[in-house]
Amino acid sequence: MDKLLKPLTALGASAPLRKSLGPWELVERVDVALASVAPRRGREGEVARADVPVPAVAASVQGDPWSSFWLTPDMFMVEAPFASHEDIRAHLLGIYGDAASVTEQTDAWVRFDLLGPGLERLMAKLCNVDVVAAPEGYATRTVIEHMGCYLIKRAPSSEGAVTLYGARSMAGSLLHAITLAAGTVA
Amino acid sequence: MTRIAGGLIDRNTTLNFTFDGKGYTAHPGDTLASALLAADVRLMGRSFKYHRPRGVMTAGSEEPNALMQVRTGGRQEPNTRATVAEVYDGLEAQSQNRWPSLAFDALGINDRFHSFFAAGFYYKTFMWPRKFWEAVYEPIIRRAAGLGRLTREADPDAYDKGFLHADLLVIGAGPAGLMAALTAGRAGLRVILADEDFLAGGRLNAEAGSVADQGSADWARATVAELAALPTVRLMSRTTVFGVFDHGIYGAVERVSDHLAAPVAGQVRQTLWRIYAPHAVMATGAIERPIAFDNNDRPGVMLAGALRAYANRWAVVPGQRVAIFTNNDSGLASALDLQAKGVDVVAVIDSREGGELLPGIRHLRGAHVVDTSGRLGLTGITIDMKGRRETLAVDALGVSGGWNPNLGLMQQHRARPDWNDQIAAFTPARGPKGLMAVGAAAGEFSTLGALRSGAEAARAVAEALGRQAPYALPKAEDQAYRIAPLWAVPGASRAWVDQQNDVTVKDVKLSHQEAFTDVEHLKRYTTLGMATDQGKTGNLLGAAVMAELTGQSIEATGQTTYRPPFTPVSLGVLGGRSQGRDFKPFRHTPSHHWAAEQGAVFVEVGMWLRTQWLPRKGETEWRQSVDREVLATRKSVGICDVTTLGKIDIQGTDAGAFLDRVYANTFSTLAVGKCRYGLMLREDGMVFDDGTTARLGPHEYVMTTTTANAVTVFRHLEYCRQCLWPDMDVQIISTTEAWAQYSVAGPNARKLLARLVDQDISDAALPYMGCAEVTIGGLRARIFRISFSGELAYEIAVPARYGDGLIRALVAAGEAFDAVVYGTEALGVMRVEKGHVAGNELNGTSTALNMGLGKMVSRKKDAIGVTLSGREALLAEDGLRLVGVKPVNPADAMKAGSHFLKQGAAAVAENDDGWLTSLVWSPHLGHYIALGYLRDGAKRMGEKIRVVNLLAGTDILAEIVSPHFIDPEGERLRG
Repeated sequence: MDKLLKPLTALGASAPLRKSLGPWELVERVDVALASVAPRRGREGEVARADVPVPAVAASVQGDPWSSFWLTPDMFMVEAPFASHEDIRAHLLGIYGDAASVTEQTDAWVRFDLLGPGLERLMAKLCNVDVVAAPEGYATRTVIEHMGCYLIKRAPSSEGAVTLYGARSMAGSLLHAITLAAGTVA
Repeated sequence: MTRIAGGLIDRNTTLNFTFDGKGYTAHPGDTLASALLAADVRLMGRSFKYHRPRGVMTAGSEEPNALMQVRTGGRQEPNTRATVAEVYDGLEAQSQNRWPSLAFDALGINDRFHSFFAAGFYYKTFMWPRKFWEAVYEPIIRRAAGLGRLTREADPDAYDKGFLHADLLVIGAGPAGLMAALTAGRAGLRVILADEDFLAGGRLNAEAGSVADQGSADWARATVAELAALPTVRLMSRTTVFGVFDHGIYGAVERVSDHLAAPVAGQVRQTLWRIYAPHAVMATGAIERPIAFDNNDRPGVMLAGALRAYANRWAVVPGQRVAIFTNNDSGLASALDLQAKGVDVVAVIDSREGGELLPGIRHLRGAHVVDTSGRLGLTGITIDMKGRRETLAVDALGVSGGWNPNLGLMQQHRARPDWNDQIAAFTPARGPKGLMAVGAAAGEFSTLGALRSGAEAARAVAEALGRQAPYALPKAEDQAYRIAPLWAVPGASRAWVDQQNDVTVKDVKLSHQEAFTDVEHLKRYTTLGMATDQGKTGNLLGAAVMAELTGQSIEATGQTTYRPPFTPVSLGVLGGRSQGRDFKPFRHTPSHHWAAEQGAVFVEVGMWLRTQWLPRKGETEWRQSVDREVLATRKSVGICDVTTLGKIDIQGTDAGAFLDRVYANTFSTLAVGKCRYGLMLREDGMVFDDGTTARLGPHEYVMTTTTANAVTVFRHLEYCRQCLWPDMDVQIISTTEAWAQYSVAGPNARKLLARLVDQDISDAALPYMGCAEVTIGGLRARIFRISFSGELAYEIAVPARYGDGLIRALVAAGEAFDAVVYGTEALGVMRVEKGHVAGNELNGTSTALNMGLGKMVSRKKDAIGVTLSGREALLAEDGLRLVGVKPVNPADAMKAGSHFLKQGAAAVAENDDGWLTSLVWSPHLGHYIALGYLRDGAKRMGEKIRVVNLLAGTDILAEIVSPHFIDPEGERLRG
């Protein structure tokens, strides 16, 4: 799609941020499209049978092109490559028809992937999620310095990979909080 | 110098510090107290009320006397306990509560007049004249009595918080805690070992015993080394667990940088940890208690266990000639330790009869210390041996009245502790689930007993988690602890019970005499157990003295309530990062970066930073910018970022029916591709929020809310969906952040947008209150033809990442029309000119009828708040109604916050006719205009009233007009 309007990242830059935080790396991801999916009443079966993985409670599922993570008892978020699925809602409506309510969420969120072993030391300064005990794929809603965030544990603790989704408008404050916290434990 | 050999200090390094301006030296491992004692400084403070000279009494966090002001400038901290403050190079400490100097304190005169200052004296003495209490008496008393002073400067350091998780939290790193952590850690449990001290070991460092055939301190050090190597164990020194909260949550403060002159770069001063642990052991040890006898508070009189600790751990003996006064075996052990260190132990005064005599020491049995001497420090004691008195020249006296299990944390959930006759002390009763006491904290006073109880507790926790945790106990002493309770030695003078608050035996007697016999009353009457030490050394003694007076048992007398924090916690660490600019997060709009480039002035709206106005070159005053923005918008076109308005996506086959129930007006009948203004009521019938909701599809709506209520409306909808009508097929999610949305308003709005939007947006294709999904250069976008300003207006939305591109494209396309970007001030002016309500009118106490929107409350259906909005009083004909107000003389400046009064009426509350809610300067009309709620306002059009502001001193004649100042017929917005 040739666009008249140039996109900016949530931090106001033309390219996503990649930053070292002591032993860890923070990678801003703008290459993922997001949409919430909520099965219409009585249509849960159709949604479950569709070609998009439905996550279990507090879990995420990685796939190609569709990944998903749990939001609430009756709603989950779907992730797909932005380049191929920018209009993700249209793609999903093509799959679900009227069996689900689908809402584009791509730009509602800023996504920071935190990478590197020993991430639990950094996470301990940010939120109350026990990332050591959490199973791989664990997904939850949490709060970081007053900011509501989704947290997904992407890899075992030995590797260390955590995704944080925070409100797009608060991207700067969230980055600030992560940077300050990393400074105390890095 | 009174340094002796040994000790756990690093003599290779010398640190310099000052106390009251005088220089001293210390070694790493020293506390302020040990370093001062090593320099023969015994006088460290003045007492709270009588300004008695005081020295250090303990060697731990229970210290009541040696409180100091440490550091200077913004880092100055009062009431620092010298017994736990680590010395760093350059430390500056000041004594407190004295003038002009510690050695000569003018208010020492209080001590001479002590009979006037008995407990509760000020309740009785300063009764009249009544108004003198606040103005005269209290300030004087507060000046004379007290602790340290606060600095008036801001604290330059950062504080932090964090969250930790463990299978087992071990509180205290003495023998029981170390053994518990070791047993659990070896079994692979996730263990946190938190200790308030900077050196783990607890009493193992203070006593000269042996564990596993090595010195007890050596065993502690070796154990810590093993624990540090275990992958699942986290060692936290300088960390005080101060509170036990619900569901296995513990509060702890880690003093990250208190032992340094300043935190290293990027580091914090302290961290507040919230520790989640389903199992915890309280290995907090025991606190030695004093015995009350006359003048037992002189510098040089301290707890026997503290004397022992200073000798063994810090290689310091605070005197040349030492005596011990004890009622239990630990006092004897202290004497032996001191003797072994080569200290001259003059006598051991043992209140008990019988038992074995200590070898090589004058061990007096059935004896008591009855008095002491020495003005600024102890010079002698008088002892009584069954009627025979003797004075001994000593400069240090160790007192041991027994040991109290340190059970504060366990009892924070209000369980009453049990009395244990064997040790003459309270032991912890059942505490919060998952927390158990071990070691001395549980009344196990032998080293082996402590080690065993720690290991057993850890094994039990491991088993509960399905693990095996075998252990082998190291060899350690296992002697019985014998005590014959002795609380107070009768005397004619004053015997201190609580040294921090200057509470004496006489005060307890007075409290009893005046019928304040309950321990809680005793505390309030005498101040026993208040302030920074919370009675750690004095509480039980006070209760015991009261028990003797009432004839009740100590168990029946009980203890006062234990509450967090266990030791003082700074307000800074409770605040954590939430101060200054980091107090709360900021939210940036999609146009923020563009607006900042333009030099926009921002205003905080909730957490959002919105453009308030955009000054242009030459504009020096905000009104110039705002007037220009308003006039240019009404003349041609203006652009405003309205992304902050809440957007809620509402889908499902029952979406329309759901909206009918949450809005006072009807939405199920709204055609697809149309918008409608909606009014949302609270259950009580008051207006909750308003906004426009668009129907994008048969089962798809997008609701807008006010910026301020975006979250509360969403929460309300979730409540309705989940709790009120769970059977409805409705799915909702916020999309506020997903879309960048701009208002484009003014006669040329359509022309401007037509340059960008790929589709036809003519009046025929997109009539007033229409909405559509369109594209801009192929990019998906949404357009809504709605107006807040009263002009022909649209709101155009694109995915947020393109928001910056869109504002730039709008401004570029707008150049041909002299378009302006306007901020919230201009927005406010235009909505008042149009008579639209906003936050000022939606103040939580106004109804739709008040706002002139009564007809919007549909009676054809039921919706939240409709029934209660029909209450008789709310429907009163002469109730408040929204009106417009303009000054009779256009030059008059009405003031915000004014009230309405009839002409000639006195400016008193009973004549109040309503109030002005919103006031703006209308550049269009050339004078101030306002909205307001006026009693019976609808019938008073054209009436002249007074707009009175008593604070500003204004009283302006104004005319009541329609709230629609501009285009009352709405021709512009339909244009």
